[in-house]
Amino acid sequence: MNSSNLLSIITFVYGLAAFLYIASLVFKRSLPGKLASVVLLTGAIGNAAGIILRWQESYKLGIGHAPLSNLYESLVFFALTIAVFYLIIERKYKNRIIGSFIAPLAFLTMAYASLSPNISDQIQPLLPALKSNWLIAHVIACFIGYSAFALAFGISLVYLIKQNRKEDSDSILGRLPSVNVLNELNYQLIMFGFLFLTVGIITGAVWANSAWGRYWGWDPKETWSLITWFVYATLLHARMMRGWDGKRIAYLSIVGFMAVLFTYFGVNYLPGLHSYGSQ
Amino acid sequence: MRYLQSYFNELWKFFVSVKLSISLLLSLAATSIIGTVIPQNKNPAEYVKAFGDFFYRLFDVFDFFDMYQSWWFQMLIILLLINIIVCSIDRLSKTWKITFVKNPKFNVSRFRTLSNKEEFIKDGAPEQLKSIYETIVSKGFGYSRTEDTEKGFCIFAEKWRWTRLGVYVVHLSIILLLIGAVIGSNFGFDGFVNIPEGKGVKSVRISNSAETHPLDFEIRCDDFNVTFYESGAPKEFRSSLTILENSKPVLQKNIIVNDPLRYKGINIFQSSYGPLPPEEVTLKFTIKESGISYVKKLLIGQQISIPEGLGTFVLKGFTKSAAFRGHAIGESFIGVIEPANGKSNEIMLPLRFPSFDDMRKGDVLVSVEGYKEKYYTGLQVTKDPGVWVVYAGFIFMIIGCFITFFISHQRICVEAVKSGNKTKVMIAGTSNKNKLGMESVIARIIKRLNR
Repeated sequence: MNSSNLLSIITFVYGLAAFLYIASLVFKRSLPGKLASVVLLTGAIGNAAGIILRWQESYKLGIGHAPLSNLYESLVFFALTIAVFYLIIERKYKNRIIGSFIAPLAFLTMAYASLSPNISDQIQPLLPALKSNWLIAHVIACFIGYSAFALAFGISLVYLIKQNRKEDSDSILGRLPSVNVLNELNYQLIMFGFLFLTVGIITGAVWANSAWGRYWGWDPKETWSLITWFVYATLLHARMMRGWDGKRIAYLSIVGFMAVLFTYFGVNYLPGLHSYGSQ
Repeated sequence: MRYLQSYFNELWKFFVSVKLSISLLLSLAATSIIGTVIPQNKNPAEYVKAFGDFFYRLFDVFDFFDMYQSWWFQMLIILLLINIIVCSIDRLSKTWKITFVKNPKFNVSRFRTLSNKEEFIKDGAPEQLKSIYETIVSKGFGYSRTEDTEKGFCIFAEKWRWTRLGVYVVHLSIILLLIGAVIGSNFGFDGFVNIPEGKGVKSVRISNSAETHPLDFEIRCDDFNVTFYESGAPKEFRSSLTILENSKPVLQKNIIVNDPLRYKGINIFQSSYGPLPPEEVTLKFTIKESGISYVKKLLIGQQISIPEGLGTFVLKGFTKSAAFRGHAIGESFIGVIEPANGKSNEIMLPLRFPSFDDMRKGDVLVSVEGYKEKYYTGLQVTKDPGVWVVYAGFIFMIIGCFITFFISHQRICVEAVKSGNKTKVMIAGTSNKNKLGMESVIARIIKRLNR
């Protein structure tokens, strides 16, 4: 079995986990929820194994490089970070309900990578510009940041849904974490994501300076990562200095994640230097 | 004077507001989009073609074609810079006093009202617990102080007070980034140059302008090599460069993408490459009558006599896209045959069709045996004396963000009050951020105190 097959199977494992989380939420049973956690953990382990396997395969092909060099590989890594982050939060906050919103994100990411006809799962040799030790640091930092923002996005959605309804401890909403916990979690994740986005942009800048002789060139991808940075910087200032809370922060978090998505996918439709990410 | 004072106060009030920061950050985010949608620094003709004359002029007025260097975008950045500096100065004096206080003030009654307050009863009188508790509490905190009260004692402890300065480190880092950028754009340059193999240059073209920038040394490209993967994608391109000062070689290095040459503060990067028309070709002359083939090496412009006294041949040149009777035949050498008697004849020697010359039905068949491929190397040549200031800014920004987000100034209070022959212990704590984290800190201390 090669890594692509394994990762296709993981897509369905994530799909099952998402299904179980949602079933647990809808039918108010804890058993599917417990099962969901196990399935998601299995998926994450398989996902990590798939990445390692792919790494080995690339060496067998004689073009060895870390599997972080194109859109397929980045999506696979993105799915892994989402799953791992969510599992950590689930353990820490002892609440599985958020899983119904996050596990589908991991599933969709993997499904997009495995099933989209525009994305090749072939192991491709590394282009000269990507041959750098900065590649691993840059990509990992960016995707840790992206997944923290993805989780914050999911939590913001939960927050807005819960905020708009009346409390009722028996309903689905009543079993969600309290608004305060959601609000705090959203904020913590955004700080975490912001730090890693900053590190991602900086490692990218240092790399660009060693490859092209300039640390900043207003390339569309660079610019969009900066736009994302501005949005989250706004959010942090609004919350820390003006005491913005709840709804407005949740909306800003959603806008921020839209900017993340555009930085990740949308930029491929614009001209620029980051074209490796588009295939 | 008074008028000036109030004017200054108004200005200060304008720049000290967080509302301004938020508006500026959002404006920068929104306007930055323009430059990602409209390709920057292209030929005006391309813009007119894409947007039409009217929009071309309109966009041009707003500098949309070079928007990140436009006056209004730079003004937004300068406003943000002033905003950051003014806000920092305004708050720093207060934070500074709080941060560098010799004897921090604690107020027991404030701790008693905190929501994370925990209480328990412990055997023994407060005096028996005092020294044990002091060691336990002081272990996890940088500063601790015990005060005796009427019915017992109170231990105050705190740590990481200095992290209140973290946000100023972040702001300082942004100032450093902008200073570095200004140094770079005033005392540096960003140029490029194409050097054919074997040639040298003493100046480079400045990117996005028609200017050239002279170098005080010569860059020579001794050799260029490109290798490909099986798929046809380039694997590596490598230039052997020599730096010459007063025509004497002083430095030799092979550069590849991601591994530049640095000399006298100037960085030379492998950026691109391209083919050059070949200058030397090996031709085969096959004489029809004798059936003998002769192989000759020729340079462009060279004239040789065709063997067996059949006249002369001149290699005129090379063309990338030749056409013969309306058909494209691709890369070809062009030569002229002048027979010993008769009319001179221009002939094409396409690389793709070796026996093309057969069609002429002459008494000699000329074909291309081989030729030496020539390349030029595309180098990016830059100088940026501000880069170290920018890098310092990068380091400050990462450290500052980490401190600001994840390390908080924590203060706790442990109060012991005599209650019969037992002691009632109260513990509570505050932190300037991450309130949830404080609860787990308190839980951990209670575990140790209530053993």
